[in-house]
Amino acid sequence: MSDIVIAAEYLSKSYLVGHQSAQRESYTALRDVIAREARNFARKTADLVRGRQIVQGDDVEQFWALRDVSFEITQGDIVGIIGRNGAGKSTLLKILSRITEPDRGRAVLRGRVASLLEVGTGFHPELTGRENIFLNGAILGMTRAEIKLKFDEIVAFAEVDRFLDTPVKRYSSGMYVRLAFSIAAHLDAEILVMDEVLAVGDTDFQKKCLRKMDDVARSGRTVVLVSHQLGTLRDLCSRGMILTAGRVSTFDTIEQALREYLNAQTRLEPRSKKFRYVTDVRDGNDSKRQFHLFFGDPLVIKATLKNLPEVRSGFTVAIKNPYGKRVSLFSTNPHDGISLPSGGTTEVTFTIDFCPYAPGEYYVDLALTEPDVRIIEEFANALKFEVLPARRNGTLAYGAPYGEFFPAHAWNIVPQHLGHSLG
Amino acid sequence: MRQCCSDPGLGVLCNQPPSLISQTPTVTVQSNLVEDANLVQMNDEKQIPREGFVGRGHELIIEPGRTQRHYWRELWQYRELFQVLAWRDISVRYKQTVIGAAWALIRPLLTMVVFTVVFGKLAKLPSGGAVPYALMVFAGILPWSFFATALSDASNSVIGNANLISKVYFPRLIVPIAAVMVAFVDFLISFAILIALMIWYRFMPGWQILLLPAFAAIAFMASLGVGMWITALNVKYRDFRYVIPFIVQLGIYVSPVGFSSSIIPDQWRLVYSLNPMVGVIDGFRWCLLGGEDHLYLPGLWLSFGVTGFFLWLGIRQFRRMEKSFADLF
Repeated sequence: MSDIVIAAEYLSKSYLVGHQSAQRESYTALRDVIAREARNFARKTADLVRGRQIVQGDDVEQFWALRDVSFEITQGDIVGIIGRNGAGKSTLLKILSRITEPDRGRAVLRGRVASLLEVGTGFHPELTGRENIFLNGAILGMTRAEIKLKFDEIVAFAEVDRFLDTPVKRYSSGMYVRLAFSIAAHLDAEILVMDEVLAVGDTDFQKKCLRKMDDVARSGRTVVLVSHQLGTLRDLCSRGMILTAGRVSTFDTIEQALREYLNAQTRLEPRSKKFRYVTDVRDGNDSKRQFHLFFGDPLVIKATLKNLPEVRSGFTVAIKNPYGKRVSLFSTNPHDGISLPSGGTTEVTFTIDFCPYAPGEYYVDLALTEPDVRIIEEFANALKFEVLPARRNGTLAYGAPYGEFFPAHAWNIVPQHLGHSLG
Repeated sequence: MRQCCSDPGLGVLCNQPPSLISQTPTVTVQSNLVEDANLVQMNDEKQIPREGFVGRGHELIIEPGRTQRHYWRELWQYRELFQVLAWRDISVRYKQTVIGAAWALIRPLLTMVVFTVVFGKLAKLPSGGAVPYALMVFAGILPWSFFATALSDASNSVIGNANLISKVYFPRLIVPIAAVMVAFVDFLISFAILIALMIWYRFMPGWQILLLPAFAAIAFMASLGVGMWITALNVKYRDFRYVIPFIVQLGIYVSPVGFSSSIIPDQWRLVYSLNPMVGVIDGFRWCLLGGEDHLYLPGLWLSFGVTGFFLWLGIRQFRRMEKSFADLF
């Protein structure tokens, strides 16, 4: 029986949300206004008497922030929770941190929990940095002895020793968050719960934060964290959970979870009649819109264009990774005087002989443009392809974090005569 | 996926069998690299050097409506937080002031002077004995201002610390108790002034003064009880915010602060003692002023009973509502 540190069963949490009826605008007759106000008053009084929450508004709706959330986290897991805004991530963390109570279900936690839902909780602007370290540390659960012990470390990490005895209201925002994060980073507990506070401050400090998070992860602690920085999640976490509208839709390894999450975000654009000029796009080999190829294989994209207008037009192919970042952009470049022929039907074939992209999934955006004037027609997410790992011509594609792009290359190493330095 | 090598830029190839390296045609790589690659773990699993971290058998169950069995034990574990919150409120008060902590002395002194002039000299209310009026008044102001400050602060404590309560867990009971502790510190300072006053009037208190801490504790509990009750309700129904200043303003005239409770007609004395502060203030006067004021015992017990009731009510209401504070802010 592996040591399960957090076990959740059917956790559910609902909130009452008030709505103003749409008819408020249209009905302004006094009779209707009185009737509506009387109804609201009666409802609020009934709620008051029954001890329920009093909600402002004409209608009250029960909104389930979390619904039947169940999972098991074993010791040492670093779990990243992802989901769209409003999916219930913060609510789940609040329940695990005992800030709020679930309406149904139960959770069992084994070990001390340190939760960091916000940096700088309890910081008082009038107190100095030194005083705030003790204040914030005590609020987060450290004993005074512990804080004294780690005091120098905290100050060194935050790089604020010069301003330690100045009131925090005088700190720059960067110093403020550095100090706040530094205190939290020295928390000592078996379970760590964090809500979107992975890295703050300038780039150097952010790297420090991530390195510290890495240390925390290596030390065998269990971490549950919510973040939108998918790249950081990929590097730090071992498991990933996707919350969709309050339910757990996936709980798997972090790669699988990220892949599913991103796939849900981006979809192949359905081919509809709205495209006037670009009538067909497909892979050069299989004539499919979704295909895969091995690293180093030729990438061929074909498109059929019909009845192009009588202007200088060009065709662009943009390749982007699932995170939405554009990896490459290619264009037929009518600046050189080569334009797509107008009228009739034209077949365009785009070829890359050696596909240098790191293994993974990619989307292709196509566009028909009138260069420097306008985009005539745009077909986003027209194709999707997956690059599979392979070895080609001495090039190995290792994938992230080794890189995104591995063009064909060669090495030349020639030992020189002894006595001369090697090149 | 966390990589086993911390810096791939070094060129050490993880996750790849070393033989592949020697197959690349144009490269003759030193075999040291291969040995280094061998030293690094080849499997995909995350390295977890266990430092003896085990859940300490300390199991926490989160369930709707579950009252923690270890609530009071947890309160003890978080005992340092009482001090920290109280200290925070006190130190913030006089930041960036010129006179600083001297304000803590000036306020009670001035109140006493004003009361002596207004009630003693102008209104000529009797002091009920050979005790100097100033002393009698001060002996009444002392517990009353403790109660008033403690009640006001405690009633607003939960809403005032909303930013803490909605982000961090700690037993919420700490918040109103810390607020009352802050008022207690003021009380101690005023008490020092009272001692100085007694020295000035060359007044020696009797043995009864030893019972003073008991009455101070009752005042503490009275303000805590009512404060907890109101602060819990205030989160849900903000109307209570307006009730407190009203009680405090009215209370100072209703309670025997500016006069001795011996002027209340006998048939009303018991009902009058329903106000918990009547028992406390009477007790204070009795302790400090050497038994001049005979204690009206039935009233005293009634006041204590009311205090106990409010304490029970306050704790019950607070514990019932504390889990939903974060949702109601």
